[in-house]
Amino acid sequence: MTPEQLTEVEMITVVIDGFEVTVPKGTLVIRAAEKLGIQIPRFCDHPLLSPAGACRQCLVDIEINGRAFPKPQASCTIPVEPNMIVKTQLTSPVADKAQKGIMELLLINHPLDCPVCDKGGECPLQNQAMSNGRPESRYEGVKRTFEKPVSISSQVLLDRERCVLCARCTRFSDEIAGDPFITLNERGALQQVGIYENDPFKSYFSGNTVQICPVGALTGASYRFRSRPFDLVSKDSACEHCASGCDMRTDIRRGKTLRRLAGDDSAVNEEWNCDKGRWAFKYLTSRERVATPMVRGDDGELHEASWPEAIAAAANGLRTKRVGVLIGGRATQEDAYGYAKFARVTLGTNDIDFRSRSHSKEESSFIAGVVTQSTTTYKDIDKADQVVLLGFEPEDESPIVFLRIFKQVKKRGIQVISDAPFASRGSKKLKAKLVKQISDISGLTDKSVVLVGERLAETPGALSAAVDLANMNNAKLAWIPRRAGERGAIEAGAIADLLPGGRPVSDLAARVDIQTAWSVDSLPTNPGRTTEEILDALNLDETNINALDAVVVGGVDPMDISTTALSKLLNTFVVSLEISHSSITAIADVVLPVAAVVEKSGTFLDWQGSPRAFEKAIEDALTRSDVRILSMLAEEIGAPIDLPTVAATRREIAAIGKWDGAKSEFVKVAAKPATISGDKLLLTSWRQLLDLGSLQMGEANLAGTARKAVAYISEGRAAKIGVSEGDLVKISSEQGSINLPVAIAQMSDENIWAPRNSEGSQLISTLGFVSGEVTAVKA
Amino acid sequence: MNFTPEQLEIMDKIIARYPRSRSAIMPLLHYVQALDGYVTPRGIETIAEKLNLETAEVTAVSSFYTQYRTEPAGEYHVGVCINTLCAVMGGDEIYKSVSEHLGIENHETTKDGKVSLERIECNAACDYAPVVMVNWEFYDNQTPQSVKDLVDAARAGNPPAPTRGPSKLRTWKENSAVLAGLSDGLANEGLSAGEATLRGLNISKGAGK
Amino acid sequence: MTKLQPVLSANWNEKDSFTIAGYTRIGGYKASTKALAMEPDAVIQMIKDSGLRGRGGAGFPTGNKWGFIPQGDNKEHYLVVNADESEPGTCKDMPLLLANPHVLVEGIIIASYAIRANHAFIYLRGEVVHVYRRVQQAIEDAYKAGHLGKNIGGKGFDLELTLHAGAGAYICGEETALLDSLEGFRGQPRLRPPFPAIAGLYAKPTVVNNVESIASVPAIINNGIEWFQGMGTEKSKGFTLYSLSGHVKNPGQYEAPLGITLREILDLAGGIREGHQIKFWTPGGSSTPMFTADHLDVPLDYEGVSGAGSMLGTKALQIFDETTCVVRAALRWTEFYKHESCGKCTPCREGTWWLVQMLQDLEDGKGTEADLTKLLDLCDNIAGRSFCALADGAVSPIISSIKHFRDEYLTHQRNGGCPFDPIASTLFKTVGA
Repeated sequence: MTPEQLTEVEMITVVIDGFEVTVPKGTLVIRAAEKLGIQIPRFCDHPLLSPAGACRQCLVDIEINGRAFPKPQASCTIPVEPNMIVKTQLTSPVADKAQKGIMELLLINHPLDCPVCDKGGECPLQNQAMSNGRPESRYEGVKRTFEKPVSISSQVLLDRERCVLCARCTRFSDEIAGDPFITLNERGALQQVGIYENDPFKSYFSGNTVQICPVGALTGASYRFRSRPFDLVSKDSACEHCASGCDMRTDIRRGKTLRRLAGDDSAVNEEWNCDKGRWAFKYLTSRERVATPMVRGDDGELHEASWPEAIAAAANGLRTKRVGVLIGGRATQEDAYGYAKFARVTLGTNDIDFRSRSHSKEESSFIAGVVTQSTTTYKDIDKADQVVLLGFEPEDESPIVFLRIFKQVKKRGIQVISDAPFASRGSKKLKAKLVKQISDISGLTDKSVVLVGERLAETPGALSAAVDLANMNNAKLAWIPRRAGERGAIEAGAIADLLPGGRPVSDLAARVDIQTAWSVDSLPTNPGRTTEEILDALNLDETNINALDAVVVGGVDPMDISTTALSKLLNTFVVSLEISHSSITAIADVVLPVAAVVEKSGTFLDWQGSPRAFEKAIEDALTRSDVRILSMLAEEIGAPIDLPTVAATRREIAAIGKWDGAKSEFVKVAAKPATISGDKLLLTSWRQLLDLGSLQMGEANLAGTARKAVAYISEGRAAKIGVSEGDLVKISSEQGSINLPVAIAQMSDENIWAPRNSEGSQLISTLGFVSGEVTAVKA
Repeated sequence: MNFTPEQLEIMDKIIARYPRSRSAIMPLLHYVQALDGYVTPRGIETIAEKLNLETAEVTAVSSFYTQYRTEPAGEYHVGVCINTLCAVMGGDEIYKSVSEHLGIENHETTKDGKVSLERIECNAACDYAPVVMVNWEFYDNQTPQSVKDLVDAARAGNPPAPTRGPSKLRTWKENSAVLAGLSDGLANEGLSAGEATLRGLNISKGAGK
Repeated sequence: MTKLQPVLSANWNEKDSFTIAGYTRIGGYKASTKALAMEPDAVIQMIKDSGLRGRGGAGFPTGNKWGFIPQGDNKEHYLVVNADESEPGTCKDMPLLLANPHVLVEGIIIASYAIRANHAFIYLRGEVVHVYRRVQQAIEDAYKAGHLGKNIGGKGFDLELTLHAGAGAYICGEETALLDSLEGFRGQPRLRPPFPAIAGLYAKPTVVNNVESIASVPAIINNGIEWFQGMGTEKSKGFTLYSLSGHVKNPGQYEAPLGITLREILDLAGGIREGHQIKFWTPGGSSTPMFTADHLDVPLDYEGVSGAGSMLGTKALQIFDETTCVVRAALRWTEFYKHESCGKCTPCREGTWWLVQMLQDLEDGKGTEADLTKLLDLCDNIAGRSFCALADGAVSPIISSIKHFRDEYLTHQRNGGCPFDPIASTLFKTVGA
């Protein structure tokens, strides 16, 4: 807490069990007691949910100004007051009896199935029944039973007879996620959690309900009956799925990840995460994993090789060549730093780019001139009067950012403005006002926050307009990429224009900094190229001065870039650092297996630029982080980068620090409005949270809750092409077509929207682009 | 099958009664019962859409209140009060005899769809105990025989008039429409007050103040 | 001289008492005209000074409730009438509304004007279709006559009145559950604070009053404070409806000044049914601890009844004679509370589930003295531990019946079952099963 806040908040002193404690006004008694280390038993209470007072387990005796409440009070609903004296179960026989009485009642209908219950061993009911319950039940009656378990979605199961009706799950779904797909139904002793029979619990955040369930009523299908908590080793980790930056806990048994849970970081994800972060980890154990180094032989086939063989083969292929470096957006900061240094020191080039997706020169300049300077954080969203979303669908593309905005929409009714073509489910929950173009937005203040998604780079001039919008109003601006590694890659210098710490390559002083840090005489000064330019350069005639002869590729899916990206890699020497076999490893000359996130240490920078470091979760993993392999390779090539370990890399990054010199200027670009001809439509798209993303492979339960791919069009357009809701529409480009069911939305007749990479709607591989002119007819 | 445009328009009018649309959920559920005889999936889905709610939120509400049914009610829904006072004074005997007579239990409907049976709680007519409600109209001071006669007449399409109510008993669906606020114009039929209601007044008058 | 005092019930014997014509004939809507000529605060003060207390059970001073509404706060205010009459034994508001819905409408106009509410609601239980018709018609006619709507009586006061049918949930008689229900949620009680006066319907300042409380207002405005205070006892002023039911010769509504005793009412009503004696009775519905023949002279006002260990409640006088098994009565009421528990909190939801099973065993003769001790301890773990007062009501017939009839419980065990003939307590023992 800042000193400024301290003076704002009135402090109140109360006495609990004879001990004084001073807490901010508004603190609940149950939490004031926690400060003293006094644990009052509870079930429905959760610090991030509105108080319910439902389970009545936390009853205590309270007196204020010498006047005692006639009966025990629920300490989870009563804020502290001056001259309050609280007696918990430790000092009040009445409170103690009340609590034991409640516990007995909670247990009368609870099954004695702890030995087969997933929660057994980490169960608040089990634990508190031992600490605050009667030794034996006096209940001799008939227990309530239900059919069990009920699948409330493909990933969450409900055992109703275990439920203590604390309403944590329903409050979470309604208050935090805005997805009241589960509710309390019926009443009295038959009250139960449930869904509407035809609509399952398809919330992107459903896993949190499993985590906060204080009994074994809600379980995850993938973990059910898989393990006992006491057989698991828990490791702090970071989520690799997006740039929200979630703190995570990974639970491992015998070297295998069995489950992942949301960690607790009040500045970022509070105690929540999304279902992708929680349940998409099967890719780690997929059979597609690259197990050993491989080298393409004279027979044209890949053959397993020893590490020295493979490194030598790679070094021979790269040494003295003109090489580009392409890395995906999922590298850790340390790995990205390894690539950045490898490019400059070993390969002598600035031809490096982390953007394996649509990108532009305007974006490169925006990254160097704006993103590296951004100081916007989650706290700015907490205080914002308005939040503007540009090329950004937070619920799909950065779910924790969504939760944070949603919280303020609920709490303070803040205005959300979005430039989306139609109101997505996320937009509806945020009650977002939609605008056609950035120039339609007005009325921002210095309390407003403009959040820019990576997709904005797909519209020429849009990033420039966004910056103008923010500057004009002194509003805060932040860029929120989709992938977890992109912000770290920028800081690492894994892009042509930037050296580590946001240092412009074009700045002599910046280069001198890095030369000194790296103990090299010089750094390349030639302007580096973007991913697309590097790919094009690989296909130039080798006599061309701009041609490249080889490429090092780490974690890239060429289909994320363009239809032609893969073909552009065909006739060149490719060194691939990969987790799993892919279209790149299939054509690579040397394949070097690398560690997945749980097998290595590393750091992700979230969209705020805040680091979340994590240590190797699987201790005995044999795989190596990219940076270690690059260091071996550089050594072999003869221009070492001296980054033998992640720890060494971290030390070097820390020593270099942030650039405090002149920042590079963002060179703005004029807007070029998209035009459509005749009866065509402008297709736009984004990736839905749950889709065919490669890190989601192997997890059918999760995939079962993905939103079905549909094409959104206006009512007018639907009438024009003679389709109604649910009918198939055929969307065609010059390259190909897809058929999707129609959904009608309020939107322009000229627009059509489809998911970018969902089942039945993989736009790059079918239409050849993610946005552009298409035709739509009844299929 | 979807509701007709006229029916959807009535729903909109019900919603318009309230400062906030969600408040209309209960009259809308009554209205769905007026149309469908119980809370049907199409009813839940339409209400959710109209009120901008998730279907689960509608189910949560409809399943909380006992008047909302998950199965079709009979044309004549017979509720026998079995709360303590009525039960003691004969409600238990009435329930037992009418249940045997019809061959159905609590919450069941006769095969012809004419009569459904429910054990109901206190219906605020204790001075007329034992009380039976048919389609939520008062049938005061009942006996096992009177109720057997009542259900027989109802099945024959000729139920007696309620003790304190309109001159002709309306069907369960018709009365559900009244609870949705759709007037049937019958307010002026029937007594001002029954005999028991007037006891104190009459004694007071007779005693001549 | 009779101690009865028909005020609300005075015109119920008129054939058209429920029509606007019938109500106007006896001076209806004069009080609202008079009130609208007063300052709103003066109306609140008058109701405060009259000493009118809530007739729905809790007995909170009505005028004070109105006075809690913050004025000048630029927020909408709401009046919500609790017509969800469902407490077992309680049967006053429904006949009142059947016979004279206009007196409620007029009271609503006055109360809304006083608290500066421009929208009022009547939350009527859903299981009374004809009452719904009558109230709806009254509202429609009041609109037509200019008593509701825009610029009422040319005084610049606007009032909309909406009738809302419940759908079968006793808990909605609890005012915050009623508000949640009216907002379109499950009728489960809300956390307090905030109280409805600060954040009630739609989180706006709201007064929730019982039908009879509001219906009593026009008479006070018309006849004045002194007239009202001339009835009743020191702290329980005015008249009220006592609802007599059960094993009596003449069950019905008896309107009388507060403080009348059951003995006096029974004398007027012709006593217990022929050949029987009173065994136990409730002063104000099933949630109020039961009384016996020893309590016939307890003054039936707020202080008198609570002084004798029960509560005035809704003044629902349910009379049971010696043919009635008190264990059966307690069991049946407990089944009611189990059925009506909203499920929100543990002691009520789980407690009523357990209580029913224990009482069933006792009624079946399978319960021992130790079980009685356990039952009372269980009641102790439920009462005062729940979210709202429903569970307190649920245990009161159990605790009070054990207090007065402990031996009858034990007789069941000695007898190997209930010693009572259920047919003997019916009204048609000769008709039989």
